[in-house]
Amino acid sequence: MCGDLPAGCDKIGGEEMSRSYDLLIVGVGGQGTILASNIIGEACLAEGRKVRSAETHGMSQRGGSVETHIRIDGEFGPLISAGTADLIISFDLLEAVRYSHFLKDGGVIVSGKNIVVPTSTFQQGLEVPSCESLEAILSEIKYHIIDAESAAMEAGSLLSQNIVMLGAASHHLPLKEDSLLSAVKKLVPPKTIEINTKAFEIGVEKGNK
Amino acid sequence: MAVRYMLGNEAIAHACVEANLDFASGYPGTPSSEVIDTLRRQDVRDFYIEWSVNEKVAFENALGAAWTGIRSLVTMKHVGLNVAADPLMTSAYTGVKGGFVILSADDPYAHSSQNEQDSRMYAHFARVPCLDPAGVQEAHDMMAAAFSLSEEFSIPVLFRPTTRICHSKSDVELGEVGKEHRKGNFEKDPRQYVVIPAHTRVLHKKLNEKQDAIAKRLVEIGYNKYEIRGKTGIVTSGIASEYVKEIVPDDVSIAKIGAYPIDEEWLAEFVSKHEKVLVVEECAPFVEEVVRQVACETRVHGKKDGCVPYEGELDPASTAAAFEKAGMLYDGNFPRDSSPVEGLPPRPPILCAGCGHRATFYAMKKVFGKKGIYPSDIGCYTLGLQLGAVDTTICMGASITVGSGIANSGEENPVVCTIGDSTFLHTGIQGLINAAYNNANMTVVILDNRITAMTGHQPNPNTGVTAMGDPSPSISLEALCRSCGISFVETIDPYDYVGTIEAFKRAKDTEGVKVIIARQPCVIEARRRGIKRRSFFVDTDACSGCGLCVKFGCPAIEFIDGKASVNALCSGCGVCAEICPQGAIRSEVKR
Repeated sequence: MCGDLPAGCDKIGGEEMSRSYDLLIVGVGGQGTILASNIIGEACLAEGRKVRSAETHGMSQRGGSVETHIRIDGEFGPLISAGTADLIISFDLLEAVRYSHFLKDGGVIVSGKNIVVPTSTFQQGLEVPSCESLEAILSEIKYHIIDAESAAMEAGSLLSQNIVMLGAASHHLPLKEDSLLSAVKKLVPPKTIEINTKAFEIGVEKGNK
Repeated sequence: MAVRYMLGNEAIAHACVEANLDFASGYPGTPSSEVIDTLRRQDVRDFYIEWSVNEKVAFENALGAAWTGIRSLVTMKHVGLNVAADPLMTSAYTGVKGGFVILSADDPYAHSSQNEQDSRMYAHFARVPCLDPAGVQEAHDMMAAAFSLSEEFSIPVLFRPTTRICHSKSDVELGEVGKEHRKGNFEKDPRQYVVIPAHTRVLHKKLNEKQDAIAKRLVEIGYNKYEIRGKTGIVTSGIASEYVKEIVPDDVSIAKIGAYPIDEEWLAEFVSKHEKVLVVEECAPFVEEVVRQVACETRVHGKKDGCVPYEGELDPASTAAAFEKAGMLYDGNFPRDSSPVEGLPPRPPILCAGCGHRATFYAMKKVFGKKGIYPSDIGCYTLGLQLGAVDTTICMGASITVGSGIANSGEENPVVCTIGDSTFLHTGIQGLINAAYNNANMTVVILDNRITAMTGHQPNPNTGVTAMGDPSPSISLEALCRSCGISFVETIDPYDYVGTIEAFKRAKDTEGVKVIIARQPCVIEARRRGIKRRSFFVDTDACSGCGLCVKFGCPAIEFIDGKASVNALCSGCGVCAEICPQGAIRSEVKR
């Protein structure tokens, strides 16, 4: 039934348009997914590109699982369907696995190394998956694990882990590194520009390895 | 003209300012809350804003303002419109003088709601126009038009964004901030504003006479438009039209509905030019029913023949599935085997570390046990479900009323209901008066954290500050409850575990309506105000590994290798230390 079209030649309403680059940023409420999404959005504006995103609100302080969909060069709705994302940036390894079905064949996951153990596992006596078992689930996917915690410590603050992750994922994003870094500087609290610049740069370096 | 990357609700708020908004009121509710929150944050504010105590109150305030000739806005979530339905129905008759826009944000998939109701049905019911934007930019552009449309036809206009517009971000082209503000001037006109039967019969006729002109106007301004491209067509509305545009082949026609009432002649013209039409929309089959009504020869597909789901929200893949069910081709590739990994531990949102509600729930259950019946309400504390402390939740204010109904049903187990301070002030008070009047035997616990926390910490009459940031007298919940005729009114600090247990025991031993006010500021708000408490730690040698503290359910307590430990989330409430039978949890002392 479905007419497959290679990327880059979708034609709607008579206008030629390229397909959007679709990514998810996932994690645990409070880890800074929305700031990371804002930075990507700002970088898109700086490059004069269209962007659409959809956010989870209200969980920031309540430790729930959160997902932000971002469509760079997106012209339509903000939602990304399962099996079609180009990239997943995850701040938590368990969440990387939880949302891994969103990835298309050949897509990439860039994930933090650690997991925040859900409180429900203690309450309900559920087994806490080990990092090894989670990585095993991802084994058939192209993924990169980043030690964002130690990188953020090196940059000067644990709070900069989201920026480390953004730097690490920058190699896969269809945006200039400069646009991302300028957006970081524009959006983080003024007192933390230096730390976050360093965090971004360390992230870029770690992502290369 | 500036282009910004902005949240839908921020873009809507900006559009209101561009449209010379003079007055805004609302009651917080996801996904609508950020509209007024954004208006509150404006550097220069040439307009009035208020957080009202509930949606009916907010609606009537904004309506009164619009009657004085100024432009007014009222915001709420979809279920809030149920509360405001009474004035909505008759304000359609009276009409307005200044532009009056009712923003009612729908929540397909019930991301943060008790149902998936469709505000468009209310617009149809009341016979007021409804604007149904497809994206953030269109929401921005339509909002400005909504005020003019309201003034052109002297009628309230319903504006209906959905979660994926309110909480989406996009590059948005903004206009200039408006500078032409009006001052209210109420001109008496009883035939317009006093709806006695003799007046209302006339007003009803006038309302009906406006309908055709409104429908035609919505086509003229381009909110309802179509493009003929083949023998098969799609009729789509709201954000669903974006998913359709993403996958629709070039030889399929599209009719995009952005506003109601739909001009039926116009729609019939589109439908009749096609052999087959698929209707794609979220929530109710609202457009579909009109399409089916005007279709003669054309085959119609949609929700009613199972092509489009009735429940939940759409996305490109589910829209493609609808095309396929209707026997239509689409562009794009959506793998079918993309299902989530199974067996992962869930990560639901939970009450914060140190949240006073958790401590209150724990003590309540300790005293009233498993047989206690716990009706609850809408707010953060609905998360008490995970602690076994929430037995019912239906709508705002219904904890006390459902509770008194159960208490007067012959049910013999004790009824203890919980309700937040903002919800109590919203629609809880009437239930309390009713319970006291009808001699219900129950305990009402007001979870008083001094703020409307769930929706983003909006102030309420309990907070002592208005939406404008002006100080206001803080209400006395104790005096209010006593004035209802209730003699058992006790205020406790939920961090004082022993004191809380004692209060619950006294309530259990007393007949009639008992009120316990559990007062402790929201832990997030307390942290913002700089209130710091010492963290706690577990003395591993003293910990017996009984796991009682883990059952308490605080995210700051972990249980590893048979022993409890406290992590960095600890806010120092100290309740876990009081419930630990070994006394193994202690306050960290600075050395």
